[in-house]
Amino acid sequence: MIEAKQLVKTYGSGQSCTRVLKGIDLKISDGDFVVILGASGSGKSTLLNVLSGLERPDSGRVLYDGADITALSDSDLTKFRRDNVGFIFQQYYLLPNLTVEKNVRMGADLAGNKDYGDIIKAVGLEGKTKKYPGELSGGEQQRAAVARALAKKPKVLFLDEPTGALDENTGRQVLDYISHLHKESGFTIVMVTHNQNIAEMANTVIMMNSGIISRVSVNPVRKTAYEIGW
Amino acid sequence: MIIGLKDIARLFSISIVTCCAVFVCTMFLNYNIDLASVDSSALTMAGRAIYQAQVSMGKITVAVTGGCLGVTSAILLVFYIKNYIDTHGKELGILKAMGYSNISVARYFWVFGFSVLFGCAAGFCAAYAYLPNFYAVQNADGFLPDISVQFHFVLPLSLVVFPALAFCAFAVLYAYLKLKSPVLDLMHERRQIKVKNGGDSAKERSFLQSLKRATLKSKKVLAFFIAFAAFCFSAMVQMSISMVDLASQTFAWMILMIGLILAFLSLLLSLSEVVKGNSKTIAMMRVMGYDNAACSNAVLGAYRPFACIGFIIGTLYQYGLLKMVTTFVFSDVADMPAYDFDWFSLLITLVAFTAVYELAMVFFSLRIKRMPLKSVMAE
Repeated sequence: MIEAKQLVKTYGSGQSCTRVLKGIDLKISDGDFVVILGASGSGKSTLLNVLSGLERPDSGRVLYDGADITALSDSDLTKFRRDNVGFIFQQYYLLPNLTVEKNVRMGADLAGNKDYGDIIKAVGLEGKTKKYPGELSGGEQQRAAVARALAKKPKVLFLDEPTGALDENTGRQVLDYISHLHKESGFTIVMVTHNQNIAEMANTVIMMNSGIISRVSVNPVRKTAYEIGW
Repeated sequence: MIIGLKDIARLFSISIVTCCAVFVCTMFLNYNIDLASVDSSALTMAGRAIYQAQVSMGKITVAVTGGCLGVTSAILLVFYIKNYIDTHGKELGILKAMGYSNISVARYFWVFGFSVLFGCAAGFCAAYAYLPNFYAVQNADGFLPDISVQFHFVLPLSLVVFPALAFCAFAVLYAYLKLKSPVLDLMHERRQIKVKNGGDSAKERSFLQSLKRATLKSKKVLAFFIAFAAFCFSAMVQMSISMVDLASQTFAWMILMIGLILAFLSLLLSLSEVVKGNSKTIAMMRVMGYDNAACSNAVLGAYRPFACIGFIIGTLYQYGLLKMVTTFVFSDVADMPAYDFDWFSLLITLVAFTAVYELAMVFFSLRIKRMPLKSVMAE
């Protein structure tokens, strides 16, 4: 269970000071598929960064099964990320001078996962393990990033606009892979997007507006990546 | 084309290397030219031997110092231009896409060669200010007649103007060749570095081992500069200790200062470039959960063997050079002390270099630790 209590985050100082999170409270159950929706500047990516331990809030707490990660030192926070979370970003952030296989091993080695080849296969990149990121299409790069994140067997997977740089077909493909792997492995997904259609794939939809949660809803029926609009 | 102040400030390292080179070359060449005016037939036997030795020593010093530091400056210049083109590929690509020819863009890179003019001029002026002391040291034994410092117009031409023009032209030429890449390659930064996989052993290699190799191979020139730093430290410090007996304390201090400047400059420049060039990799590793020690080892650890190699070569080089000079150049000079390998100076230098290198590693590890993840990833 992830709990956020009264999260406040401010950027800048003086007159240029912007309060991005204005006292966020939320709970995410284990194994849930949560989509955080909101317009640009609504604070959704900041919320994701704070929930995942990438950034510290100015005030408030983030609890994982009751343990407060905002109180952890930098090295303990790094250890927390190593043991618990995976990330997928819009820009992929693959290491350009390593092959797909080595990029996936970046995650697998942290978890001592020797079966990372299965994940590469699951995302459909088994024929491209020796390729470098620059030799892959955008969709393939994002699938490699998905494999890297999942190879470390995270308890929670954070995704920041994972289809933002992809075309419709590739975007659907990537979402389909993630959705399948979520069903098989049962990890928690927290995904940030501005695409309302993607929210139909989630269990829980959190709507953000100007730094506050304006609405939380539960989808009675989850759609697949190929059933949603784009 | 935007070449910012920051880019120009980074060229300061070229200025320092050329300054050291021109400082040494000016002193020895000016002395040799002035020495040529002395009628050697009027000298005593001992004076003639000293005369010949001084002339030969000057030639060797100028050739070795000028050659080594000249090549180092050229490599530094190539590194900076390549780095500039790699990091400003989008801007340069857009200029080419708009219709600017390669040469019309490349000609602005003369600015990179300008740093040589600044360094050479500074080295030349410093040498002239120091020449009276240098002349006094060279003739401390009084075997040669007193020579006054004369200004030789050929020296500023050949040691300041010509190198500056040559380096400006070289900068433009190199930039022109680099800009010949297709526009889209420049704009999309398609210059990915591929590390040969190496068969089955590559598959066995862990991520951290692979990253270490890739980091090293992606910027080989930095391995050269780290080896060069170790070389300068090892060669110049050991040489300066030997110089106290073989020449004078003034010479020893001069060699020590030049060696330390070059060593520290190369080491700090290389390590900061390694950290800067791998900032995104480091940020991503920390996001994934790799601790600071793993990040530092993967990025900085690969260069340690090159520091060792540089140190060994520097030790052998200074021994070979001093042995050659004492055996051949100063063989006829009376009261010349015998020179043998100095194990004690090797020990002192090794301990000092190890301390300096490891301190630098700790400093840059702290920089890695303090790297702001979010801003690095947002770049």
